[in-house]
Amino acid sequence: MSTVRIAGASVPSLAPQIRLRFDEARRRWTLLAPERVLVPDEIAVEVLQLCDGVATVDTIAAALAAKFQAPPDEVSRDVIEMLQDLADKGMLVA
Amino acid sequence: MTAVEPPLALLAELTHRCPLQCPYCSNPLEMDRAATELDTAAWQRVFDEAAKLGVLHVHFSGGEPAVRRDLEMLVARCAGLGLYTNLITSAVLIDRARMQALAKAGLNHVQISVQGSDPANADRIGGYAGGHARKIEVAGFVREAGLPLTLNAVMHRQNLGELGEVIGLAVQLGARRLEVAHVQYYGWALKNRAALMPTRAQLERATATVEAARARLKGTLVIDYVVPDYYARRPKACMGGWGRRFLNVSPNGSVLPCHAASTLPGMTFENVKERSLKDIWYGSEAFERFRGTGWMPEPCRSCDQREIDWGGCRCQAFALTGALEAVDPACEFAEGHAALVASAEDESAGPAPALIYRRIGTALV
Repeated sequence: MSTVRIAGASVPSLAPQIRLRFDEARRRWTLLAPERVLVPDEIAVEVLQLCDGVATVDTIAAALAAKFQAPPDEVSRDVIEMLQDLADKGMLVA
Repeated sequence: MTAVEPPLALLAELTHRCPLQCPYCSNPLEMDRAATELDTAAWQRVFDEAAKLGVLHVHFSGGEPAVRRDLEMLVARCAGLGLYTNLITSAVLIDRARMQALAKAGLNHVQISVQGSDPANADRIGGYAGGHARKIEVAGFVREAGLPLTLNAVMHRQNLGELGEVIGLAVQLGARRLEVAHVQYYGWALKNRAALMPTRAQLERATATVEAARARLKGTLVIDYVVPDYYARRPKACMGGWGRRFLNVSPNGSVLPCHAASTLPGMTFENVKERSLKDIWYGSEAFERFRGTGWMPEPCRSCDQREIDWGGCRCQAFALTGALEAVDPACEFAEGHAALVASAEDESAGPAPALIYRRIGTALV
């Protein structure tokens, strides 16, 4: 296995041990991993909800750029950085 | 004092029965007998209450949880409630069909323990012939069932030399996570301390091995590392703090802030058969007893680490000092710290005594 490198053409999805779930008791989204609970920020939740194992990073970034009326290049850079960080932690596959 | 937050995780000790006899088992020296175990309906009610209370993770543990024939039904109940389910298992009792059934029931994750990488040594430590080979086989069933795998390796002076191979084994088995857990010394492990305690030099080599592997395997394998706190300067935040994050339901239904808390004298732990999980979490004396920082003596009370380590481990403090509220001797500011480190160093340098295996009755020897 080699280290995952996220690029525009990558098709990201959460690693099989990770679940994205809304936590009713605390009214917030959580990423559940074995023995870990992470609280992603709002933008991360938007991105992760689009990581369905079908859409490419480019598609995801374009959708978010349109939704938030933000510059596509900037959004793309931020999305890749965020997903790379999760991939480095073993939480994302592509 | 800040408001009490809901618990994040529940450790469900379904049974104390286990085919293995590891001499560092985290179960109490006095184990619950099979006849006193909660039945299926009682466990399902516990999970219903846990989900409502805000629990996100359920860890099925034991003993060996697969001893329970209703494990699939319990997993299914949790899955229906949206709880993240983790099976903590020795693996030796699980066959291919059972693993498939567990996956179908909605299990999220499997954690298999190994006693090392050398089959003969691992079987000797676990007290179960053929166990290591069986675990390797079952790890394959986990992969086949499409379930994520964590390997858990408890390390000590009798297997630390195998650490590099243990890391290799985790990668080879397709685990995405490895827990390298140095033995923590209470209960059975405290009885076997001299036989298990590594030297400081062994510990330093192990730490370097883990750090190198983390860098090399970034993105492939996550390594969680638990150090033996006798050689640390500050104690561990046991359970993330008493009554802050975790609750533990023992086989007979007692609710504990940690799995070892039944060793603490003079405390009453309430039972799910008599009171709801919510009432026990928010309202029981046992959970209030060491919650937060109000109970702390000096030097903990004014220490700037008090909300980081939460006063360390109560079970360890009591086991080593005989006083419930004593400073955890793992802390460098504890009175007995230097003596504790010295005894660990002495024991680790001397010959290893014979292991006392986890069996009903042997703890009394």
